[in-house]
Amino acid sequence: MVTLSINGQRVEVEQDTTVLEAAATIGIKIPTFCHDPRLKPHGSCRICVVEVNGGKNLPTACVTPVYEGMEVETEGEEVVTARKEILDLLLADHPLECLTCEKAGECTLQDLCYQYGIERTSYDGERNHYEIDYSNDFYYSDQNKCIKCGKCVMVCDQLQETHAIGFAERGFETHIATPMERGLSESTCVSCGNCVSVCPVDALAPKKKTKFRYWETEKVRTTCSYCGVGCQMDLLVKDNKVVEVQPAEGVNDRMLCVKGKFAFDFLSHPNRLKMPLIRKDGRLQEASWEEAYDTIIGKINSIKEENGPGAFAGLTSARCSTEDNYMMQKFMRAAIGTNSVDHCARL
Amino acid sequence: MELYRSHILVCGGTGCVSSDSLKIEERFIDLIEKNDLKNEAKVVKTGCFGLCEAGPIVIVYPEGAFYSQLKVEDVDTIVSEHLVKGRIVTDLLYKESIQEGEMQSINDVGFYKKQERVALRNCGVINPEVIEEYIAYDGYEALGRVLTDMTPEEVIQIVKDSGLRGRGGGGFPTGLKWDFTAKAEGDQKYVACNADEGDPGAFMDRSVLEGDPHVIIESMAIAAYAVGANKGYVYIRAEYPIAVNRLQIAIDQAKDMGLLGENIFDTDFSFDMEIRLGAGAFVCGEETALINSIEGKRGMPRPRPPFPAVKGIFNKPTLLNNVETYANVPQIILRGAEWFSSIGTEKSKGTKVFALGGKINNTGLLEIPMGTTLREAIYDVGGGIPNGKAFKAVQTGGPSGGCIPAAHIDTPIDYDNLIELGSMMGSGGMIVMDEDNCMVDIARFFLDFTVEESCGKCTPCRDGTKRMLEMLDKIAAGTGTVEDLTKLQTLAKTIKNASLCGLGQTAPNPVLSTLHYFMDEYEAHVHEKRCPAGVCKALLNYMVIDEKCKKCGICAAKCPVNCISGTKGKTVYHIDTEQCIKCNACLEACPFDAIKKG
Repeated sequence: MVTLSINGQRVEVEQDTTVLEAAATIGIKIPTFCHDPRLKPHGSCRICVVEVNGGKNLPTACVTPVYEGMEVETEGEEVVTARKEILDLLLADHPLECLTCEKAGECTLQDLCYQYGIERTSYDGERNHYEIDYSNDFYYSDQNKCIKCGKCVMVCDQLQETHAIGFAERGFETHIATPMERGLSESTCVSCGNCVSVCPVDALAPKKKTKFRYWETEKVRTTCSYCGVGCQMDLLVKDNKVVEVQPAEGVNDRMLCVKGKFAFDFLSHPNRLKMPLIRKDGRLQEASWEEAYDTIIGKINSIKEENGPGAFAGLTSARCSTEDNYMMQKFMRAAIGTNSVDHCARL
Repeated sequence: MELYRSHILVCGGTGCVSSDSLKIEERFIDLIEKNDLKNEAKVVKTGCFGLCEAGPIVIVYPEGAFYSQLKVEDVDTIVSEHLVKGRIVTDLLYKESIQEGEMQSINDVGFYKKQERVALRNCGVINPEVIEEYIAYDGYEALGRVLTDMTPEEVIQIVKDSGLRGRGGGGFPTGLKWDFTAKAEGDQKYVACNADEGDPGAFMDRSVLEGDPHVIIESMAIAAYAVGANKGYVYIRAEYPIAVNRLQIAIDQAKDMGLLGENIFDTDFSFDMEIRLGAGAFVCGEETALINSIEGKRGMPRPRPPFPAVKGIFNKPTLLNNVETYANVPQIILRGAEWFSSIGTEKSKGTKVFALGGKINNTGLLEIPMGTTLREAIYDVGGGIPNGKAFKAVQTGGPSGGCIPAAHIDTPIDYDNLIELGSMMGSGGMIVMDEDNCMVDIARFFLDFTVEESCGKCTPCRDGTKRMLEMLDKIAAGTGTVEDLTKLQTLAKTIKNASLCGLGQTAPNPVLSTLHYFMDEYEAHVHEKRCPAGVCKALLNYMVIDEKCKKCGICAAKCPVNCISGTKGKTVYHIDTEQCIKCNACLEACPFDAIKKG
């Protein structure tokens, strides 16, 4: 164990803990853009700089390991000056379109500029201009808003392991690009949207079908219904309608696939089945659940009586949970009396 | 072994090669053959002699005749006069080698006299493509001694005791680095050589690799033995084709002789190495970016810790030293730590190679003991400032260093003194400036370089250097404000304190040092809209001095934009400053010095 002090508060943590993690244990929040505990240490955005033992150089809290007797100041004068300067520099090449920006309300850059009182940039220099890449069906890439934290590239490389995007050019011209700048649709991108989920600004964002502001939504934690993995996700709901999905902590380690992340429109589709249908007079007609179960039970009984349990086969779905699948085979074997039961998840 | 009465050493360094030294070599071989001197005179292509200003260079021994700035046709004269008749061709000698009518040997020439060559000892002496020549100069003896007589701990102790510090810029104690790597846990360890020399104007590493490649192989093998590695990488930029080629030849020769490979010197020690080519990014000289590049990734720095000694190439403990650092090691082993530490100052031991350039008579490479003063380097070795101009400042450490003004010219050069003055040793670039250099312009020049070379990873360096350059551009254009001067200082401080790697942390140095020592020049640009050195074009105006004008009209004839009016022989000429493009043609053309700028 290592004992150190952060803003005068003593804290004891395990060896190899970072300053950022140590601060979190005593409720001290240090701002970050590029940090994500799932990724290898990166230290690129420099917004999490802190002062250590009054030293001149300002190390970043996200990658600096603690040591015995360390004295950390997280909001000292030098630190605040550096953070303000970094925000100023980021804004110098970032369009101030917060009024209409889709990310407003959930933008880390906006939050930190508010926290440190940066209203606008003090620089009037060159800006980069990029065409927005709309070629992907589910999300767009607007490099004009990118702050080059690199999280998207790292998530794609280290977690999703698709390697669809990377850094192009150097220095001020550095930007996130697909191979040969051919665009997202020509890349190996699988549209998982995990880059979109980690982007702190509006550089990678879902193509919204509904206009909404983040503060108008309510988060509903749920389990993805697409397959049996059980990914945890937050549905962002506005006026009783799901408008976006964000990955949540769980078995999925805050990752989702293209279906979980983007394919939620069926929820509010007019053709979605909400009631059982029973064919009457040659036409499918809405019926009550009681009526539907009565019909099913009636037909099962009559078929079983006439043809025996061997006439039945059961097929279950990968979209059901393990428990549901278990119940299904139990039902087929115990209630119906057949071993003809199968599952769709096979290649 | 054959004996020759004459040895003709032809410089095969990049500078001389680009001015046809290979054709000179060919011509010598050809004419020696024709004159039937094949058994008497031998042509040796060597590495760089250092005095690139005087290239192409040929030295003929035993006389030590130092022929400079030769043309291919001069070879005919040297062969017919010097080699055939024994008469030294005085007209072709380097002019400083003739004192009072007598020819001096090369070692007595001012440029070489104060030098002490350790890292460069074989450059310009042996043929780098012949391993026997290296061996004849005690090559591989240190490796033999280390492998057969010494434990790894003893080797590390000698390097520690010598006081050798990293020559690539940081000045970290080399022995300590070896010790860390030796103590790091790992089944596989690597040694690597940083030959990604990127500072504008610095070429000492190239020179060592071109002139004495075996010293790097030998030294890396010694290091590998000391730290427990069996594999080495040399990371060289692809823009150094001659160095790459000669190192590869050297590696192949060493393998053939069993000096690389399995069971070297019949011991249990095995070591092999290979070359990795860099694509020319300055940042790849930074150790963690270099490691990424060796691994095949984009050259971007990683956060430290973990340091390469713990997690380096492919996350294995890696010892990474610079070319010049390695070049010192075999001599330290052979001559002892005490010998090495007797050279230099208290905290900077040994010698250091500098690449002298800019406004200096002897442009080239020099190796001087640490503690030599800037004045000695510039005036005694460098031969002073051309055209009788006044010395203004010297920039050391390339784009990471700073400008040291004339007031500090008597400072002894070592790591700590240079840092104290707001500059740094860096890899040893030394650019001399005279009264005609504008310090705002100099700061712009270096910053322009770092802006181009920033890898783009961290915010302060990527965006901060860009904004600093924009402010300097404004100042040079005469639109800078007092706020810009303040802003430059605060921004520079943030970039220095908060950047990820050494490139960003040192990038503001040229700006900070010029602001510190030459604030008056910045203020002249901002307040008076004037460039005191007459460099910043936007602030210059060309005018005819009426009293001096002889109405000849030459200026008007030379003006490419026809902005000079007057009548020949009748009226004094006048320059329309609105139209003038400040090309300086009129000023150069006027025979009567009747045009001034300011």
